[in-house]
Amino acid sequence: MDIDSVKKIANGIRRRVLEFTIRNGGGYLSQACSSAEIFATLYAELMNIGPSMAPKIPPAFCGVPSKNNKSYFSGYLYNGPKEPHLDRFFLSPVHYALVLYAALVETGRMDAEGLEMFNRDGSTVEMIGADHSPGHELMSGSLGQTLSQVLGIAMARKRKGETGKNWVVMSDGEFMIGQTWEAVETLSFYNIDTVKVIIDANGQSADGKIGTVNQIEPLKQRLESFGAVAVEINGHDIQQLINAANTPHEGKPLFIIARTNSCQEIEILNKRAPKLHFIRINNEQEKSELQRFLQEKFGGVNP
Amino acid sequence: MRLEARVHEKNLVKWAADKPEVIVFSADLTNSTEIGLFKETYPDRFYSFGMTEQNMMSAAGGMAREGFTPFVHTFAVFMYRRALDQIEMSIAYPNLKVRIFGFLPGITTPGGASHQAINDIGILRTVPNMTILETGDATEVESVLDVAQSIDGPVYVRQLRGQIPRLFKEPMKLGKSRVLSKGDDLVLLTSGIMTEEALKVIPVLKKRGVSIEHLHISTHKPFTDDNILNAIEKARYGVITMENHTVIGGLGSSVSELMSEKGLGKRLVRIGLKDTYAHGGSKEYLMKYYEIDAMSLVKSIEDLIGQKLNITEQDFIEPQIDEIEQLVKSEDL
Repeated sequence: MDIDSVKKIANGIRRRVLEFTIRNGGGYLSQACSSAEIFATLYAELMNIGPSMAPKIPPAFCGVPSKNNKSYFSGYLYNGPKEPHLDRFFLSPVHYALVLYAALVETGRMDAEGLEMFNRDGSTVEMIGADHSPGHELMSGSLGQTLSQVLGIAMARKRKGETGKNWVVMSDGEFMIGQTWEAVETLSFYNIDTVKVIIDANGQSADGKIGTVNQIEPLKQRLESFGAVAVEINGHDIQQLINAANTPHEGKPLFIIARTNSCQEIEILNKRAPKLHFIRINNEQEKSELQRFLQEKFGGVNP
Repeated sequence: MRLEARVHEKNLVKWAADKPEVIVFSADLTNSTEIGLFKETYPDRFYSFGMTEQNMMSAAGGMAREGFTPFVHTFAVFMYRRALDQIEMSIAYPNLKVRIFGFLPGITTPGGASHQAINDIGILRTVPNMTILETGDATEVESVLDVAQSIDGPVYVRQLRGQIPRLFKEPMKLGKSRVLSKGDDLVLLTSGIMTEEALKVIPVLKKRGVSIEHLHISTHKPFTDDNILNAIEKARYGVITMENHTVIGGLGSSVSELMSEKGLGKRLVRIGLKDTYAHGGSKEYLMKYYEIDAMSLVKSIEDLIGQKLNITEQDFIEPQIDEIEQLVKSEDL
C-alpha cells in the first residue's frame, strides 16, 4: 500500500474516534491522535496476518471464560487465523480500544455498524478492551502485563518452531512499571527476536505529562541497557515506522519508540494540555467546538 | 511412620517423562522448590525467570494459551501476594491451565512472616476459576499432579517439600475427603500438615471415650464433598477445623460457610493462626506458640464436650498408618 493510503487510514481512525468522543460526551481521543499512524501502518503494511474470521458485527457479550462457558468468544479472530507462519497482534494499553476498533473498521475487518455498539451495555465493544473485544486477544487492562504474556506466547511459539512475529503496541507510561522491565530483561535473556514492540511515546499518562509523574527517560538507552534493540522515530511518519520495523534485531527483541503528539491532526486539543488522558466534553460550547472541527477538518461524520 | 525426602523432586521427573506439554517455570528457587532434578533431566522444558514473579505468572498465562501446561514453582508468598494481579488477569480470568506450586505453607518454614504463606487459601479462594489443592503427606505430594492436570483451568497446589511423612496409600481424589476415623461426638476436619499433628492424639482421645469423625481435606475449592456435610449433620457436640493457615478465609471459613448455608446450627471451633502473622522458628515451636498443635486440639475438644480428658504430651503417639489404611480400604468398599 502506498504511504498516502496508509495516511488516509490513519486520519479515518482519528475521524471516527473524534465522532464517538463527541457522541459519548468524552473519550480516549488523544490516544487516537498519537497512535493513528501506528495502528494504520501495522494493519495496512507491517503485519503479516490473514483475513478476519470474526463476524463483521461483533457478537454480544456471552460470559467470561470458564470451564463451563462453551460460547466464549475471543476478539483475536478479527486479526485472522493463528497459523505458525502468521503474525499475531497484542494491544497492551487497552484504553486504546476505540483506536483499535476504528483501525479494524478502516481496514475492512469490522463494519462501521459494529462500532455503534461501543460502550453499550451487553456489548463486547467495550471502552477499555477485554479479550472478547474486537482485535483483542489478551486481558490487558491492568497495564504492564501484556509484554510478559507475549513473552510466554513467543517462548511457546519458539518451542513449536513457529516463525510468525508477535507485534505489541505499548504506551510509554507502561515503562514506569517494574513488570515491564522484568519482561524486557527476560526477552533479552532468552534471545527472543520474534517480539516487535511499537511504543506510542506521547509523553502522556493519566495525571498529565509523564515527566511530572515519574521518570522513564532516557527510554532508548534504558531499553538498550536491558539488552533490547531500540530505535527512536517520529511516530507520525509512516515511512519511518516501516523502516524502523525492518531494523535488524537478531537474537534481541525490537522496541520502536514512536515519538508522537497527543493532539496530532486535532490541534484544537492543544489548549487542554497537559490534561489529555481522557477528553471530557463538559458543556455545549465544547461540544459544538469539536463538532465544528470535525466538519471543517474531516468533512463531518463518517459516511 | 516413615519420613521421605524430596518426594516432589523425584516424582515430578518420573511423572513428566511422557508429558512433553508439561513445562517447569522457576523463580531463582530451583533447588528450594525441588525442581533441580527436572532442570537437569529436561533442560529444554525448564525456564528460569529469576526473581521476576509478576513477569513469570503472566508469561505462564501466555504459554498456557499456546497449549503447554506451565508448572510454576516458587514460595507461595511470592505468587499469591506479590503477583496476585498477574495470577488473576493473566491466568485465572482466561481460565488457563497453569499449575501453581506454592511452597512453604504456614509455619512450615523458619523464614518468618515474609516467607510463611498464612493466607494463601483465603486469598485464592476468592479468585474465580481457581481450584485449590493442599497436600498432607508423600502420597498426596505425588498424586496431586494427576489431580491438578485433570482440571480444565488454573490450579493452586499448596505443596510440601523436604522430609514428609507417608500417611496414605491411596492417591488423592479431587473433591473427596479421606475418612480417617468414624464417630459421632464431633467432626474434626484437618488439612495439610495438621492431619499428621492430629493423628498423634486421636487414638488417645478415642480410648478416653471421645467418638471422633476425622476427615482429611485436600480439595479446598471447590468445597463440595457430601461426606463433609453428612459428618457435620450427625456430630453431637460440634465441629473442629484445624489448619496451618489463618482462621479467616481458609478451611475454617469454608466449613463455616457450609454450615450456615445448610442451616446446621452447631458449634464450630477453628484452630489456626488467629488473625496474626507468625515469626521465624521451628515448626514444633511455632505450632505450640500459636496454639495449633495436638495439645490445642485436646483443649478445643475439652471445651466442646465440656469435660476434662487429662491428656498430656506423654500420651501422644506416632500417627498410626495401618489403622488409617484399613479405614480407607473399608470406605472404598
